[in-house]
Amino acid sequence: MNFLFSLSRQLRDSLRDLAPVVLVMGFFQLIVIRQPLPDTLALIDLLLGLVFVVVGLTLFIKGLELGLFPLGENLARAFVKKGSVAWLLVFAFALGFGSTVAEPALIAVAARAGEVVSQSGLIANTSNAQDSFAFTLRMVVAASVGTAVVVGVLRIFKGWPLHLMIIAGYVIVMLLTLAAPSELVGIAYDSGGVTTSTITVPLVTALGVGLASSIKGRNPMLDGFGLIAFASVMPIIFVLLFGIFGLSLMEGAS
Amino acid sequence: MSLLITFWETLRDILPIAAIIFGFQYIVIRKPVRRLPQVLAGFLMVWIGLSLFLVGLEQALFPMGELMASQLTEASFLPAVAEGAQRHWSDYYWVYLFAFAIGASTTIAEPSLIAVSIKAGEISGGTINPLMLRIAVALGMALGITLGTWRIVMGWPLQWFVLVAYCLVIIQTLRSPRSIIPLAFDSGGVTTSTITVPIIAALGLGLASSIPGRSALMDGFGMIALACLFPIITVMGYAQIAQWQDNRKRPAANTPGNSTQVSKGDSNAL
Repeated sequence: MNFLFSLSRQLRDSLRDLAPVVLVMGFFQLIVIRQPLPDTLALIDLLLGLVFVVVGLTLFIKGLELGLFPLGENLARAFVKKGSVAWLLVFAFALGFGSTVAEPALIAVAARAGEVVSQSGLIANTSNAQDSFAFTLRMVVAASVGTAVVVGVLRIFKGWPLHLMIIAGYVIVMLLTLAAPSELVGIAYDSGGVTTSTITVPLVTALGVGLASSIKGRNPMLDGFGLIAFASVMPIIFVLLFGIFGLSLMEGAS
Repeated sequence: MSLLITFWETLRDILPIAAIIFGFQYIVIRKPVRRLPQVLAGFLMVWIGLSLFLVGLEQALFPMGELMASQLTEASFLPAVAEGAQRHWSDYYWVYLFAFAIGASTTIAEPSLIAVSIKAGEISGGTINPLMLRIAVALGMALGITLGTWRIVMGWPLQWFVLVAYCLVIIQTLRSPRSIIPLAFDSGGVTTSTITVPIIAALGLGLASSIPGRSALMDGFGMIALACLFPIITVMGYAQIAQWQDNRKRPAANTPGNSTQVSKGDSNAL
């Protein structure tokens, strides 16, 4: 009964969260654009889709609170209790790499990046070269996210200040940008944004917060967050480095 | 049919992560999961919820967003210009407005941002209001996307915008309360996961392909990068404003780092 009550409250929150999108789209469609919907878009389908979105969001958030959050935090606590930093780092890398390598958004961006790069003549203009570029890019990005989570977890352990590390990361990005082939710069920056999927973010957040609250002398607010920040800067650095040093090693590079 | 495909694809997304977690739990930690039935039920809800969410997005929000993006950038929709004349950047005002409004409203509904804001509210013990945090992020997202569309119209290189934004972030980082910085940096990364990316990508591509001299492939990129940076700026800005108001309310204690939370944070960070 309690569960149903909290579910219905979450449903109300989801409705509130979705209302702005519907209002914005309605306003622009009815007042600014003023054109009838094309035949391929039936109004009933749109409404049904919105119902799916609201119900889906409600279940997702409730599921996070029941499953992913406690699991992530308990796991972090168990690692600290066990006292094995090495295993924790292996886990951190696996989590970052495993959740990124199959990410649909990354696959889409990598495929499009293959087209851009081959059109600009950095690699051969064959579908083979494009595919191998897209695959390598995915591996580079996944390895960078794995590394980012490892660095982030190490930071929580050591209590290093986040802002200095991120600023250092930004400075590296700026310097690398000047040296990297300009076709790759946009791709590199975007790859930082697509790596953080809807399932990874809550899990990684729970991991960080769990670690920071079970290690003595760490403040969850100061030390628990920041893993996602690393996961969005590290891919830029890795992809820019790949553009500077790795691209010429690729098969069919010109 | 698309429902089944999406369910399968989401499962493929969740399974490797679940395998890693449960693998480490049982092989390395070697302890049973606490409240296993509840955790499994949670996973099931995440799976069903995310799948339904994605199906709904593909059925309603994405086609609408793409349709509107292409309608707003069509030549027939824009104000008329003299034959052969260069279009002024301000002719695209509806595009900027749409970019701003859609960026802000989709960010409010972003599931991973909701997740992070729930955690932040929990940990901060009520000093951070989850909804206010999300509004600050949404505002930054809207600014970033609007600037991104303007950049495509002007045809200026992305690097300039990103470098300026980085400098702004660095300056703000040195000046804002320590306790907000990790959260601010995180909120830059979480905004672009499920719902926003396809719609702003469609807007960028539509804009780049409708303006002569822009290539959809080259200029379509880069919107996401700006959308990741500006939330960092607005979240830190929100914290700075909150701190400033706090200082003004209590002029007697108006010394640097007077609020207990911040000064505690400072000593921990250093």
